Amino acid sequence: MLKATDLHTYYGQAHILAGVSVEVRAGEVVVLLGRNGAGKSTTMKSIMGLVRPRAGTVEFQGRRIEQLATHRIARMGLGYVPEERRIFTELTVLENLEVGRQAPRPGAPTWDFEKIGRLFPNLREMPHRPGGRMSGGEQQMLTIARTLMGNPACVLLDEPSEGVAPVIVDQMAEAIRGLKSAGVAILLSEQNLHFAMEVADRAYIIEKGAIRFSGTMAALAANAEVQAQYLAV
Amino acid sequence: MSPDAIAVQFLNGLAGASTLFLIAVGLSLIFGVTRIVNFAHGSFYMLGIYVAYSLVARFGGTVLGFWASLLVAALAVAVIGVVVELLLLRRIYHAPELFQLLATFAVVLIVRDATLALWGPEDLLGPRAPGLKGSVEILGRQFPQYDLALIFVGPAVLGLLWLVLTRTRFGILIRAATQDREMVGALGVNQAWLFTAVFALGAFLAAFGGALQAPREPANLGLDLVAIGEAFVVVVVGGMGSIPGAFLAAFIIAEIKAMCFAIGQTTIAGVSFSFSKLTLVVEFLVMAAVLIWRPWGLLGRPAAATRNPAEIEAPISPADARTRRFGFAVLALLIVLPAFAQAFPYTLVLSIDILIAVLFAASLHFIMGPGGMHSFGHAAYFGLGAYGAGLLVKQAGWSMETALVGAPLIAAAGALVFGWFCVRLSGVYLAMLTLAFAQIVWSVAFQWDDFTGGSNGIVGVWPAPWLSEKWAYYYLTLACAVAGVLLLWRVLLAPFGYAMRAGRDSPLRADAIGIDVFRVQWKAFMLAGLVCGVAGGLFAFSKGSISPEAIGVGRSIDGLIMVLLGGVQTLAGPVVGAGLFTWLSDLIAREFAYWRAALGLTILVLVLAFPLGVAGSVKRLFAREAA
Repeated sequence: MLKATDLHTYYGQAHILAGVSVEVRAGEVVVLLGRNGAGKSTTMKSIMGLVRPRAGTVEFQGRRIEQLATHRIARMGLGYVPEERRIFTELTVLENLEVGRQAPRPGAPTWDFEKIGRLFPNLREMPHRPGGRMSGGEQQMLTIARTLMGNPACVLLDEPSEGVAPVIVDQMAEAIRGLKSAGVAILLSEQNLHFAMEVADRAYIIEKGAIRFSGTMAALAANAEVQAQYLAV
Repeated sequence: MSPDAIAVQFLNGLAGASTLFLIAVGLSLIFGVTRIVNFAHGSFYMLGIYVAYSLVARFGGTVLGFWASLLVAALAVAVIGVVVELLLLRRIYHAPELFQLLATFAVVLIVRDATLALWGPEDLLGPRAPGLKGSVEILGRQFPQYDLALIFVGPAVLGLLWLVLTRTRFGILIRAATQDREMVGALGVNQAWLFTAVFALGAFLAAFGGALQAPREPANLGLDLVAIGEAFVVVVVGGMGSIPGAFLAAFIIAEIKAMCFAIGQTTIAGVSFSFSKLTLVVEFLVMAAVLIWRPWGLLGRPAAATRNPAEIEAPISPADARTRRFGFAVLALLIVLPAFAQAFPYTLVLSIDILIAVLFAASLHFIMGPGGMHSFGHAAYFGLGAYGAGLLVKQAGWSMETALVGAPLIAAAGALVFGWFCVRLSGVYLAMLTLAFAQIVWSVAFQWDDFTGGSNGIVGVWPAPWLSEKWAYYYLTLACAVAGVLLLWRVLLAPFGYAMRAGRDSPLRADAIGIDVFRVQWKAFMLAGLVCGVAGGLFAFSKGSISPEAIGVGRSIDGLIMVLLGGVQTLAGPVVGAGLFTWLSDLIAREFAYWRAALGLTILVLVLAFPLGVAGSVKRLFAREAA
């Protein structure tokens, strides 16, 4: 489904990604674990074309996309949910969803407000509320919902559990499982191992811009040494 | 002044507000979505009048033909807008904002000459609207029917725009992109076409505003800058990107102007005072007041810290040995120049102009580049220096030498006052406030007949006898220019210069490590004003006169072009840019009838070919060679 190989990304002179490779297969939830500043968000932005990797390839559904404009990548069915949420605060919930809307796509589930309402009941209650007047958790739901309106086959989900109340974290986990069962592949970035354990099939651990571990969640759970070295705070 | 006179002027103001709103709202939309401050917006307005004039002359005999002509004119200009966006702006969306300004200004120049070529230099007043030729009686006075109709156009367009923005996908995308373009792209929207569409809409609105004016106001070639000036003011007062704000600001400004006309000549505390003379400057006074009180405009929102799409500037560095040798060689050439100038006396005149331009550009670059304060009104300090010198000689009876010392002090005093307000703002708002102050200086010079000589200016400002030979004055200018430039460079490479750059790159962090950013920027503003005042003083004595047109918006823009041509990021940039620009514009002005278009095309080529400026590109070339 999605395969990034040997990505090298720079911010100015700073070498942020030093050869990152990740893969997401159809129907899978893969988590990219790592501490603050490890390169999780940059990996996602590099895949999405929001920052241009200097070297490396990205393949999505069998097509090379690392040279494509961001909107073209999105139109191929690769959704992106940014860490900072980036809700359009002046726009209502429905208008935010409208910005994300794309034509239905064969091979991927199709979303509308009603279906979204089943995934995130909170949003159903407030169709006309401006994005700026929503709580952090509601905004987190809205940003995911907005990306789903593009009917993606695969979603890059950047730290959905960050800075939201524990009850919302549980809802997020529920939603991710719901997406998976609907057939959406997910690359998730996380700092929270516990959350990752609840939703993911496989994990990569990234540290200082390079992948340090790759394996199933069970393998990671069994490996206390890797956990202590890369994830302990 | 009677109550019914005021009422009729109020209606006049409403009619004016409609037009003002149409121009400003397009500018605001374009800025909101593309973040480009489109100087060419006034040109779209002007083209709207001209095209409408031609169409109405042919098809405007019937009611249907008349209104269709106006619409078609606006659509035609929208197509021109699309061409400009596709061919030019699309290439420079990621360039630094000043480059974008320069590019759109080049479009202004080209459109101006194209209009001159197609329609000629005469003012053209279109025929009146069929069916609305008469006037109605309001409070015993005649009020044109057409103006009455115009009053309803503004609110109608506001309503339509509101519908488009809230009820259509296109409108929702515009509002979303105004907040976060990148995110809109990440959701699969092709920003490029969104930008083109918004640009077309903006151009259409400006041109429609122009077309509506065709029967009211003669089309003339100066309208582009007048319109863009007014539109900037309205957009800034209302709040960048706010459409109701543009409407409110258009209403306020048009009404204040109308009231100035209504009051006219009056006596305040025994002094006779003409309010109608205030109309040239009143909008800038309003803008200055609003920017100081509410820097983000009446209905705008405080700008969130937006990511700067431009590349981070490399630190400036002192010249290496090779550059130094080159500099000394140029200086040596300049010193022996008069020996060779006998055969070409014009060389010295042009060289003096270039040296004055160098001082002017270097002082602008000082606050613009390392200071990060984009001044659109540097002509203010040039004007204070030039008029200061002239007035000290003519009104105070000072000698030329003392006046030349006094002039920069006057300019610095002006910079002290204006700077105190300006350094509180940043970005486009700072640029607009500097422009407002420059307009205020200009209109004082233009309007105060008894003191400054009004539109004629001050004549007979000649240098002292020992400097009356051209070569002597050349050496004086050369000495001042070298001293001024070296002073500015020295300051930039001293701790004060580091503090300036720290304040530019990260004001919060600079504050946190103990740099008083406000004070540093204020002092920088003053120093720039001082050096610019020297340029102004030298200019006055070199020409023997000073008039308002020498200190208008055009001069501020020339300065910007010089600095950008040379490159903002290098110390030598403004020097190279001033030389190149002055020489080129002199050459082009003498060789081509359509020198504006030629200059505009030159600027476009330079912008597209050398995005780092000439000196910056040369520097990078050498750096690459060395690497």
